[in-house]
Amino acid sequence: MRFVDEYRDAAKAQALAAEIASRCEPGRHYKFMEVCGGHTHTIYKHGLEDYLPETVTLVHGPGCPVCVIPMGRIDDAMAIAEQPDVILTTFGDMMRVPGGHGSFFDARARGADIRMVYSPLDALRIARDNPGRRIVFLAIGFETTAPSTAMTVLRAEREALENFSVFCNHVTIVPALKAILDSPDLRLDGFLGPGHVSTVIGCRPYEFVARQYGRPIVTAGFEPLDILQAIAMLLDQLGDGRVEVENQYRRVVPWDGNPKALRVIGEVMELRPYFEWRGLGFISHSALRLRDAYARFDAEAIFDVPGHRVADPKACQCGEVLKGAIKPWECKVFGTACTPETPIGTCMVSSEGACAAYYNFGRFTRTRVRSSAQ
Amino acid sequence: MCLGIPGEIVELNGDEPDLASVAVGGVRRMINIGLLEGEPLAPGDWVLIHVGFALSKIDEREAADALEFLESIGQAYADELDALRAAAPE
Ligand code: SF4
Repeated sequence: MRFVDEYRDAAKAQALAAEIASRCEPGRHYKFMEVCGGHTHTIYKHGLEDYLPETVTLVHGPGCPVCVIPMGRIDDAMAIAEQPDVILTTFGDMMRVPGGHGSFFDARARGADIRMVYSPLDALRIARDNPGRRIVFLAIGFETTAPSTAMTVLRAEREALENFSVFCNHVTIVPALKAILDSPDLRLDGFLGPGHVSTVIGCRPYEFVARQYGRPIVTAGFEPLDILQAIAMLLDQLGDGRVEVENQYRRVVPWDGNPKALRVIGEVMELRPYFEWRGLGFISHSALRLRDAYARFDAEAIFDVPGHRVADPKACQCGEVLKGAIKPWECKVFGTACTPETPIGTCMVSSEGACAAYYNFGRFTRTRVRSSAQ
Repeated sequence: MCLGIPGEIVELNGDEPDLASVAVGGVRRMINIGLLEGEPLAPGDWVLIHVGFALSKIDEREAADALEFLESIGQAYADELDALRAAAPE
């Protein structure tokens, strides 16, 4: 248990663990989903499952932006990158994601100019420095990164840049939550709400989880104690017979989110009628595209984008992992054919992906030991 | 990408109110603070930075806890910080 050795608040964690245990009704099993990949990372890194009674299970949700991008969109981005004069820019996390024709690293080896950037503003700088080239920013992420892309487009407009565009793949968290709540193969008792997405959208958008689906949801921070405390809060609600939206991460997340960030998203982007999510299929109104007023910055309007749907490889079970239907190691290729160096699925690529987190830290936690002993 | 990196405001930029210089993990970087409207910032304030943009103002204690946490998760943070160092928004 690395947590005990490394973390100064180990005593507090033990106290929370005892509190959690005392709040569980005897004989009842609890299944909570942590929506956000950042939470998944913390849970495995710090072995938090070891602090929970056997009757409390955590399942991992779809909140990893790299993981939910379908193969077809990777191929589309590659098709853009291979057009004359294009420089495709994207976050480092995206480089190893496999598409139908390999990863962006492979495309780069074939001669495409694909560059890693830390911020969309870096892509803008590349555009300024290379007036003869066409710079495309491959934008991904939930509401955490969408405002940055929107601000960058507004800036490009102000500077009247003519060689910058965005290939927009921003997705929104609420429709994904709905899809999971509607999926028949999963019975959940509550949710740990995402942390930084909520910095932007606030806590109000989760009210439907409590009202329509009768499930508690607690927005949680990323530190081990945050997560344990949020689990205790969920158990508290269930014990009291309450179902509410609560905010454990109040020190960062305002109840109403960040109004300016929401405003710039709305100014520059609008909801797509539908969008494909890896493993979850097509979900209506679940992603953003640029508004027509910004079409000159929209790579989908500028370039010929194939837009083909590409089926996931047969061996890939990322869909089940993203819905929390199976644990990462239950995928047949986990750790053998699929590793962070040679990923078959997206969940093995990003450090926020459940398979990568499990591969790096979690292989010997109690769940693994228990299930393999069965 | 989803984990914010805490940075301390070092200097505001009079000509470009959207930009500020921050200290992050020992280096100085320009970031965009345009999303923190209505939250007056001053040197010494802390913000959480996502992909070059400050998304929320935090207090010093939260910044210290967040940094300690990021250091504890190792590689993922190291990569993100390297990327931030190498990048120079603006
Ligand atoms: S092991 Fe690989 S293929 Fe299987 S679910 Fe995880 S990422 Fe997808």
